[in-house]
Formats: sequence, C-alpha cells, structure tokens
Amino acid sequence: MSDTQVFRIWIKASADRIWTAITDPEWTAKYGYAAPQFYELQKGGRFHSTATEEMKAYSEANGFPLPEVILDGEVLESEPPRRLVQTWRMLMDPTTAAEPFTTLTYDIEESGPGVCRVTITHETPGAPATAAMIRGNTDAGAEGGGGWAWVLSDLKSLLETGKVLASA
Amino acid sequence: MTDDDRVFKALADPSRRFLLDLLFARDGRTLTELERELEMTRFGVAKHLRVLEEAGLVVVRRSGREKLHYLNPVPIRQIHDRWIDKFTEQHVTALIDLKRTLEEES
Repeated sequence: MSDTQVFRIWIKASADRIWTAITDPEWTAKYGYAAPQFYELQKGGRFHSTATEEMKAYSEANGFPLPEVILDGEVLESEPPRRLVQTWRMLMDPTTAAEPFTTLTYDIEESGPGVCRVTITHETPGAPATAAMIRGNTDAGAEGGGGWAWVLSDLKSLLETGKVLASA
Repeated sequence: MTDDDRVFKALADPSRRFLLDLLFARDGRTLTELERELEMTRFGVAKHLRVLEEAGLVVVRRSGREKLHYLNPVPIRQIHDRWIDKFTEQHVTALIDLKRTLEEES
C-alpha cells in the first residue's frame, strides 16, 4: 500500500449542499460515525470532533477511557464549496493518537447537471494505524468500521434520499 | 449506461480484475509499472485502465509528470451495502471464515 488513499463518489446534490454536509456539525452528526465535526473555515483554523453519547457509553461499558475530543487538526485550505485541505489525527485510540498528523483533502467538482464528484485524498506517511483505520474493515463488528468508503456511501445516501444507511 | 452498469461491466473482465488486484496490493502505480505485470500492450493496459476509471473503480492523480493510479473502494462498498445489511454481514463473514479455514486445512 502507498501512503496515499483515494476515495471517490458521485452524488446527486449541489456543491453547496455537499460542502455544508461535510463542514457543518449539525450535518456531520447525521451520517458516518455520527460524531459532530467542527471547523474554523480559514487557513490555520482549528478542526475537531467530539465523542457522541453512544461512543461514550460504549467505551464506558468496555472499560477504556475515551477523550472528549476524538479528532483534531488544522485547516490548511478552505475554498467553499470546492476544496478543503486539513490535517487530521484520530485521538480515540492511543496508537493513532501517537502517530503524526495526516493530510486530508476533499475535492468537490461538478461533473454534470446537479451531480458532483466528491474525492477524498488521505495522505498518511508514517501513520500506518491511521491508514488501516480509514481503509475500513471488512469483518463484521471489527473495530473502526467501514472507513471512508462507508462514510461517503452514507453521505450519498443521506443527501439523495434523506436517510442514512443504518436506518434504511 | 448507469453507474452500476459501468461498474459491473468493468469487473466482468479478468484483466481488469487483475489490475485492481495489483492496485489493491499496492496502489499509486504508473501505467509503466502496471504494464510490466501484464502480457499485454501498453495501449491495451491503458484502455482497460480507462474503463476502470470511467466506472469509478480507479482514480488517477497527477504527481509532477506522472499519472498515478489508485484503487477506489467506494463503488465496491456500494455494491456491498445494496445487498448486505449489518445483520447479514455477520453470517456472511462467518461462512467466509469457515470456507477459508477448511480450505487451508486441505
């Protein structure tokens, strides 16, 4: 595997709606891992995500501590609604928390009338545990879940049908 | 042709599946690197990569003068999500594990 992973999906929605769904905590709390993500959308702005009640209950039941902030990073480029570049670090797990910051890029491009092509490029040099986590796990019930492929499928489902995959 | 048709058509060809296998093992490869692994002309490999790219199974990124090819797992995930829900997944995984274990023994 190289140090870069690419994930691409086509979504029937405007670039503005997709941008909002990626950067607004009310939206990010609805799909994927459902943890709200907070962005200060300017160069040098802070990025972070906080644990959901469900995550807290799960970690408590399994007897491991969970930090309040589960993802952190910094905004490197913000060009709404086309491109977002940021650093990204997963703090839920001590192994990934000890790895260097990775670089995450969202590209939103119009590919036809009312359709956008969304590409996530995640560069993870020196961060093998983070790379494995975002790649997703195909085994049922395994830690980490489906990674970016699953998050993007869920985002598409939410924007096109109003429903996420878990409740479908 | 719908997106699904493109994905299934792309997957129907053994050379294209082999190209995806190569990228799954290590992606970010150039056409020249991929061409070495196949008994096929450069033109033929480029054509197959184009079909995979149009189906969204391969994403091409430019790095300087080179074009690097990456496996995009999202369409495969969508096929998975279409027919396998979370509950079914556990049974499927158990059966696949069983098959793997038994076949390794023999």
